[in-house]
Amino acid sequence: MAVSEPMTATKETPPKRKRARGVGSGAPAWPVLALFLLPAFLLYTVFMIWPLAQSLYFSFFEFKGLARVGFVGLANFKELFSRYPLNEQLPRAFIHNVYFFVGTMAIQNTLGLLFALLLYGSRRGKRFFQTTYTLPYLISPLVVGYLWSLMLNPLFGPVNQVLKAVGLGSLAKPWLGDPATALPAIILVNAWQWVGFPMLLFSAGLANIGNDIREAARIDGATSWTLFRHIELPLLTPVIGIVTVLTFIGNFNVFGIVWALGGVNGEPAGATDVLGLVFYRTAFRGGVDAFGLASALAVLMFIFIFGISTLALNWFRRMEENLT
Amino acid sequence: MTVQTAGRPLEMPGARKKGPRLMDLATSVLLWTYAAIVIFPLLLVVGNTMRPTREIFKNPVGLPTSFNFESYARAWEEASFNVYFWNSLTITVASVVLATLVASLAAYVLGRYTFSGSRILAAYFLAGLMLPFRLAIVPLFLLLNNMGLIDNRMGLILVYAATGIPFSVFILSSFFRQLPKELSEAARIDGAGEFTIFARVMLPLVRPALATVMVFQFVPLWNDFFFPLVLLRSTSKWTLPVGMTRFFGEFQADWSTLFAGLIITTLPLIILFLLATKQIIAGLTAGINK
Repeated sequence: MAVSEPMTATKETPPKRKRARGVGSGAPAWPVLALFLLPAFLLYTVFMIWPLAQSLYFSFFEFKGLARVGFVGLANFKELFSRYPLNEQLPRAFIHNVYFFVGTMAIQNTLGLLFALLLYGSRRGKRFFQTTYTLPYLISPLVVGYLWSLMLNPLFGPVNQVLKAVGLGSLAKPWLGDPATALPAIILVNAWQWVGFPMLLFSAGLANIGNDIREAARIDGATSWTLFRHIELPLLTPVIGIVTVLTFIGNFNVFGIVWALGGVNGEPAGATDVLGLVFYRTAFRGGVDAFGLASALAVLMFIFIFGISTLALNWFRRMEENLT
Repeated sequence: MTVQTAGRPLEMPGARKKGPRLMDLATSVLLWTYAAIVIFPLLLVVGNTMRPTREIFKNPVGLPTSFNFESYARAWEEASFNVYFWNSLTITVASVVLATLVASLAAYVLGRYTFSGSRILAAYFLAGLMLPFRLAIVPLFLLLNNMGLIDNRMGLILVYAATGIPFSVFILSSFFRQLPKELSEAARIDGAGEFTIFARVMLPLVRPALATVMVFQFVPLWNDFFFPLVLLRSTSKWTLPVGMTRFFGEFQADWSTLFAGLIITTLPLIILFLLATKQIIAGLTAGINK
C-alpha cells in the first residue's frame, strides 16, 4: 500500500477526474460484487495474509516438530538471542544485510542514476543500452549466483584469467574464498543483476520532469551540473525514495544469490551469512522447536523491514512536500 | 549570445563546444564498457556450452571450435532438466493464469464502481505489494501440510497465484478505471449482464495491461527458489532453480554441462523478454511513468 502512494502521487491528473470520466457509481447488487471479488479475496487472504498474521501468533508458542504444544510468552524471542550459535549468527547476519544495503545503494543505485542521466536525451542507442542493462534482471538470482561462482572460480574462472591478461594479475584473487572479499563480491554480482531496475525508474522520473523547466534553466546559463544538482536531483526525490525503499526490502530479503555463492551457511566461515539464510536454517534445519523460533525471528524481521520502509517512505514524502 | 556561422543552425550557448563533445565520447565509452560487462559473461556462457570441459579448464576464455550441443543433451537428460523444465513451466503458467483470472475479476469491480468498502478492499489488496511474504513460510507450511498439499505442485500454484494478486489488481484496476462509461452503458441497454460486460466488452479492452501483468508475474515465479525448496520434496516435482542446487553438486567437474544448464533455465525468459520488452519495462516502472 505504502509503495503505491508516492508512485501515484507523481501522476499529474488526480484520481477524481478519472473517476468522473469513465466510472459509474451504480454498482451492481452485492451478490454480483461478491462473485467478482471473492475468488481473489479468498486466495489472497488464505495463502498470503492469514499465514503472515499467524506468524505473530505462532511466535508465542512452543513447537514440537509440526505440533504446537503450549504458550510460552516471549521465550522464543529470548532464545533467539541466547542460544548458541543463533546468538552469534543473528547479529552477524544483520550487519551483513546492512552492509549489503549500503553497498548496493552506493554502487548499484548510483550507477543506475548515472546511466539514466547519460541515456536521457540521447536518442541513438538508448533502447539498446536500456535493454542490455536490464537483461540480467531476468535471470534467476540463484542462476546469476551460480554463473558468477564459475566466473570467479580461482582455478578456472574467466575473471582472473582476464585480469591477468590485462596486466592486473595482482587483482586475480579467490574472491569468494576470502572472507574479506566474499561479501563485496556478492554485492557486485547482485548489482550486476539489478542495475537496470533503478536505471529504468530514474529514466522514468527524468522523463516526467518537464522539458521547459530544463530549457528555462539553460537559458539562465545553468551548466549540466547545476541543472542536475538543483533541478533534476530535487525533482527526483520521490523516485529516489521508491528506489531506496525497494532496495532496502530487496536486500533484507536476499536469499538465492547468496545461497549460490556462499551456500546455505554463508561460506567462507559465515562471512556471507545473511538474515534470509539464518531464517531458513532456523526454520528447516533447526531442532525440534524450530518452528516457534523461526516464527519469532519472522516477527522481528517483519517489524524491522516493514517499520523501516514505512518510516523511510514518510520521510521521503515530507522531503517531497518541502520542495513544493 | 548565440553564434550564427555560415551553414549552421542557431545553437544554444555551450551546447556544441569542445567540452560537450569530449563528454559525449566519455559517455559512449562508459556506456559501451558497461554493456560489455553485461554481455560478455552471457556470451561466454553460451560459448562454453559448446566446448569440452577439458578445454574450458585449459583456457576459460576462448571461442568454441565446433558447434557441439552434447552438453545440452547431457543437462536435459542425465541431469533431469527435462523434468525440472516441465515442472517449472506448468507451475508458472498455471499460477499466472489463475492469478490473472481472479485478479481481473476483482480489479474490474474495484476499478469501475464505488461501493461501501471498495476503498478499504483496494487498500487491502495493495498492502500485499510491500509485505515480505517469505517470512510467513512456517504457518504456510503448516497450512499446506493440513491440506495435504506439501510436496504437491497444486500447493505451490495456489501460493504463487496469491502472491501475484496484489500487483495484478493494482495495475488492472487502474486500467479498468480509464475505460469510458458509455461502453458499458451501451452494452447494458442491450440487455447484457455484469459478467457479459466484463468478459465481452471490458476485458478485451485491457489486453495490453493483461499482457504486462502476466509477463511481469511470470519472471519472478519462474525464477523463484525459496518456495519450491521448502514446499516440494521429491525430485520428480522439483522446478529448475531447486534442481539447479543438486545439479551444481553432481556435475561440479563438468563445466560444459553446468553452462548448458544455466542456458536451459534462462532461455525461456530471454525469449519472453525479446517478445515482450515493452511489457517488462512497463511492469518495472509501473505507476511512475504515466
